[in-house]
Amino acid sequence: MKEELLLSNLFRTEYRKLTAVLARLFGFEHIQIAEDIVSDTFLLASDTWGQNKLPENPTAWLYTVAKNKAKDHLKRNAIFTKKITANLKAENSTAEEIEIDLSEKNINDSQLQMMFAICQPIIPAEAQIGLALRILCGFSIDEIADAFLTNKETINKRLFRAKEKLRGNNVQIEFPGADQINQRLETVLLTLYLLFNEGYYSISGNTNLRKDLCLEAMRLTYLLIENKPTDLPAVNALSSLMCFHASRFEARIDKNGEMIIYDEQDSSLWNEELISRGKNYLIKAAHGDQLTRYHLEAAIAYWHTIKEDTPEKWENVLQLYNKLLMLEYSPMAALNRTYALAKADGKEKAIIEAEKLIQLTDSHLYHSLLGWLYTAIDNEKALAHLQAALKLAKSKGEKNRIVKNIKALN
Amino acid sequence: MNEFLLIFRREAAFDTQLTPEQLQEISKPWQDWMGGLAAQNKLANPGSRLNSDGKVVKPNNVVTNGAYVEVKELIGGYIVIKAASLDEAAEISKGCPILTVGGNVEVRQLIPM
Repeated sequence: MKEELLLSNLFRTEYRKLTAVLARLFGFEHIQIAEDIVSDTFLLASDTWGQNKLPENPTAWLYTVAKNKAKDHLKRNAIFTKKITANLKAENSTAEEIEIDLSEKNINDSQLQMMFAICQPIIPAEAQIGLALRILCGFSIDEIADAFLTNKETINKRLFRAKEKLRGNNVQIEFPGADQINQRLETVLLTLYLLFNEGYYSISGNTNLRKDLCLEAMRLTYLLIENKPTDLPAVNALSSLMCFHASRFEARIDKNGEMIIYDEQDSSLWNEELISRGKNYLIKAAHGDQLTRYHLEAAIAYWHTIKEDTPEKWENVLQLYNKLLMLEYSPMAALNRTYALAKADGKEKAIIEAEKLIQLTDSHLYHSLLGWLYTAIDNEKALAHLQAALKLAKSKGEKNRIVKNIKALN
Repeated sequence: MNEFLLIFRREAAFDTQLTPEQLQEISKPWQDWMGGLAAQNKLANPGSRLNSDGKVVKPNNVVTNGAYVEVKELIGGYIVIKAASLDEAAEISKGCPILTVGGNVEVRQLIPM
């Protein structure tokens, strides 16, 4: 049992490192070989560690085995070797003595370069997230399927197609040039942002898995910040946003895995350390002349770390949502903006604005919002909207919350 | 959906020195109005405010100071919105804060090139 736990922990931390380094060595077109070698390494570990004594340094054991398997593979496959050694020569003096560099620096560099290789607009966002989870985060196919609320076959197909597409487009595992970094980073940041949201807003019942997705997104963002050329304001803004959101992890989910809405959270459970880290990143983000959605969302999240309901707080949140929407429309921002308007300028004004959001009438969140807006102003209308919300809501947690609100009306 | 240019005009002589508080007081209705349009996904382009300084260039090297040409009205800014019809665009314009200070909105449909 002890070996199993150790191995699954090692898998989570080491699989991605080995895969990134080997894939970079072989080139993206042979990424499957890199993944197979690393999988074989873990398979061998699970076979031998159970029977024999655990190696003294399990990580070093894995690295040595993976290195040997990689070298064996290169030797075995003559044609392959010819191709690879041509590439390798640039980095090594003699092709015969292939050096597989598993230093911390090379591991980090390989992971960063892999991040840029995967995050390409030519493949759909959900495939980018899937590949990131598999290759950069070492998630199993089962876990990825669980995160996306789908099955293994779908994920396998999705990842296969994505890799084919990347191969077909001759994607290289390398850093983009200085003139390209901003543009390429845009896709990387969006993927990390979506990966975080997948964990933060997903309706998957697996609370631990959801938290892991968020932590992985934060770790990858941190890798970018630690790397000087990518330590840019937008990256810090994204990191700040993630820290502020993550600070409410413990407060926003009850012991049954149900969401607790912001107003009802126990703010003593908010994580002060993450809040202060978020503030530091936000300060670092406030340079340059680029105002991204991450800046605006981080600033909104910052105001949410202040529990007190002051007019100043909600006026600021409202103006930030105004700016965010002018930059880029999203249904969630439209709803949240209307909530902030009610808090800042009163429910009457917000009702007028909410009634204009006719594009959202098939969303249960829209009707929940109107139900709340009409409460104590016109309870009959409030009830009608809450009932409409109940009909449209899909998850059990959401339904429960709406039923609770309907009961509170009477 | 069609796109419409909204041009905001008002009397020329108004730009006195404003305190930050006054500026914020003027800015809020505009931000709220445009934020509201954006929330309905009807803002195609947030446009820009225009500086009141300007020049008018005419044929034969004639350049005059002042942004306005003939009338004493100044274009203060513009945005582009999405609307189904000219009537809807005009209806939307009724909420524009320029109307509360004696200005007006000209609504013109954009013709795709």
